[in-house]
Amino acid sequence: MSTELIAHPLLGLALELHPQVALRPEPFGALAYHYGNRRLVFLQHADMVRVSQALAQHPTLAAALAACEVDEQRWPSFAKAFQSLLESEVVVERSQP
Amino acid sequence: MSADKLVAQLKTGLDAPICLTWELTYACNLQCVHCLSSSGQRDERELSTAEAKQVLDQLRDLQVFYINIGGGEPMVRRDFFELVEYSVASGIGVKFSTNGAFIDAEKARRLAAMDYLDIQISLDGVDAVTNDAVRGAGSYDMARRAMDNLAAANFGPFKISVVVTRHNVSQLDEFKALADSYGAQLRITRLRPSGRGVDSWGDLHPTNAQQREIYDWLMAHGENVLTGDSFFHLNALGPALPGLNMCGAGRVVCLIDPIGDVYACPFVIHDEFRAGNVRDDGGFSKVWKQSDLFTSLREPQSAGACASCGAFDACQGGCMAAKFFTGLPLDGPDPECVIGGGEAALAELAAAPVAVSLKPRPAMDHTKPTRHPTPALT
Repeated sequence: MSTELIAHPLLGLALELHPQVALRPEPFGALAYHYGNRRLVFLQHADMVRVSQALAQHPTLAAALAACEVDEQRWPSFAKAFQSLLESEVVVERSQP
Repeated sequence: MSADKLVAQLKTGLDAPICLTWELTYACNLQCVHCLSSSGQRDERELSTAEAKQVLDQLRDLQVFYINIGGGEPMVRRDFFELVEYSVASGIGVKFSTNGAFIDAEKARRLAAMDYLDIQISLDGVDAVTNDAVRGAGSYDMARRAMDNLAAANFGPFKISVVVTRHNVSQLDEFKALADSYGAQLRITRLRPSGRGVDSWGDLHPTNAQQREIYDWLMAHGENVLTGDSFFHLNALGPALPGLNMCGAGRVVCLIDPIGDVYACPFVIHDEFRAGNVRDDGGFSKVWKQSDLFTSLREPQSAGACASCGAFDACQGGCMAAKFFTGLPLDGPDPECVIGGGEAALAELAAAPVAVSLKPRPAMDHTKPTRHPTPALT
């Protein structure tokens, strides 16, 4: 297996909030609730909230992070966080970027 | 932000509750001996349909995602479906608790056709003898019939909701098997000495040895079983159970009772924990955001007598309601403290001659004056 550092594969994907997900602003960031699977997720940073809301307007997660002026050093941790949001279906892949 | 930091943040309160319990009526066809709201008879001050809709409008504006509807038996209200439909149409999902008496084949089909609706059928024993001793004659058959009707209507995964008592701890595997047989989800919660439970808790609450059994069982099966995070006092026994491990009263949860009173949680229907009423100026929103009680609950709480205990971070001192209604100080051990602190405190209290009179009683009692066994609706 290669040991070279590669960009997180999620960064190149076109994502959006699931249409059945609502965000509610809270002091720590936001609560995300999925009306379909009833999952409640804590978005624990204001930047996570901004990026989540911007996803649909950008061709990739990386583009959304850039547009929200998130420092590139933090992208891997954002990719990880969005990976878990993808698993709980709070965000989904868009078919059309 | 770490999980600890998130919990610290949640303890200071949210802009709106995550999960709000709304008891629609004190009327009930059953009179369970552990009923947390001492339900039985309707209260003439109960909210009208119009008032209930105004509350739902406020919850919509606060972006409350879902509510837990209970009672009493909520389906007793004639406007039950009207309110549930209004709620869902307002973007507020509904989970309601019922004894199942009114879920006949036709109602089951109507419920199955609705979106964003979850149902919890209460069952406190896997057989009629165990269940009916707590919930009343005929209540086991009533619940099973409702489950059969929901399954026949393809409702999907409803929930079977069990209050864990001394008499059903040994049945946890069977409850799970029953839920699995329906494709349902099992939910088990902690018995509190609230409502009529003030008088039955002593006989019903699990023994210390059984608490270990519950903990071990949850460690083995917890991922697929709902608990409402109600067993966090057991975390002193080892690694933490799934959940937030905190008391959410007045911080992330609260109760609206049938007459519109707002309490810190469903288990503390007592003046001391009443924050206001939805009929007050400003309504529920103002009570949630500004009431003195909720403000004080969102401030750092004293660990009191538990401060020197190494398990405090794990158990958080347990449940406020359990302490309050057993007459124990709120900043001391839970009556079911697994380290033994609660037993000692209860023994001390029992030895004091004035102890009995000091034990608080619930704010209201809607128990029917005479008990007639109610036949199940056919």
